[in-house]
Amino acid sequence: MRSVCLAVVLFIFWLLLSGHYTPLLLGLGVFSCILVVYIARRMDILDNESISLSLLLRFIAYSPWLLKEIWKSNLNVARIILTPSLPISPTMAGFQALQKTDLGRVIYANSITLTPGTITTDVNGCDLKIHGLTWEDVDGRQEEDEMNVRVSWVEGVN
Amino acid sequence: MIAIAADILSWIGIIGGVFFIVVGAVGVIRMPDIYTRLHSAGMTDTMGAGLMLIGMSFHEGITLVTVRLILIWGFLLFTSPIATYALSRAALHGEVTPVQVNFKGGSS
Repeated sequence: MRSVCLAVVLFIFWLLLSGHYTPLLLGLGVFSCILVVYIARRMDILDNESISLSLLLRFIAYSPWLLKEIWKSNLNVARIILTPSLPISPTMAGFQALQKTDLGRVIYANSITLTPGTITTDVNGCDLKIHGLTWEDVDGRQEEDEMNVRVSWVEGVN
Repeated sequence: MIAIAADILSWIGIIGGVFFIVVGAVGVIRMPDIYTRLHSAGMTDTMGAGLMLIGMSFHEGITLVTVRLILIWGFLLFTSPIATYALSRAALHGEVTPVQVNFKGGSS
């Protein structure tokens, strides 16, 4: 079942990337997809770490908010860089991730890194070490807390 | 009319992307240590590349190329934080102490 899903997703991906729809090339595409699935089965990497469809849909619902945050913090960091006095106050802070699975924590840590001004430097279980460009980036914490709750919703295991 | 609008939007996107990439490069030069430099380098990944790809998609219209551009942006958004994380973790592991003071003006 999982291999069939992988093959279908791979083939859709191949169709999007190729853009050629002659029988020979389609045949080669099908052949390469089947070959990849066969190798994946042999390597035993078709395990439970794959992403479920519902999680993908929730992630897509989450991404507009993430893009908005990225946009806001980008403007903020650009303003800091272009200010002649360079008003930075680098700060290290510890965070508690609310997510229960590794995948959820990865999404949360990557979301934090994606918004400029905050970088995840260390993940140890639920403890995240965040480096903030300014004191306010990690002190206010409202955005990170909201992100935490939203990523837990994306994860969906509660 | 629509072609002109698409052209204007693609110009806005590409110029915005170039702006963020230049500002990110300036930031890399101005920042005092590796951790703060990563912040401005991250800006080129997300907004710089993102806005440029958006501008290019407007230029292309709704074609397969646009789908590929969006896929490229998606992969960038998934991979660039991992590279940033690896760099900062390597720096921490190598015991590069971050600048913690309230820093004002110039480079150290």
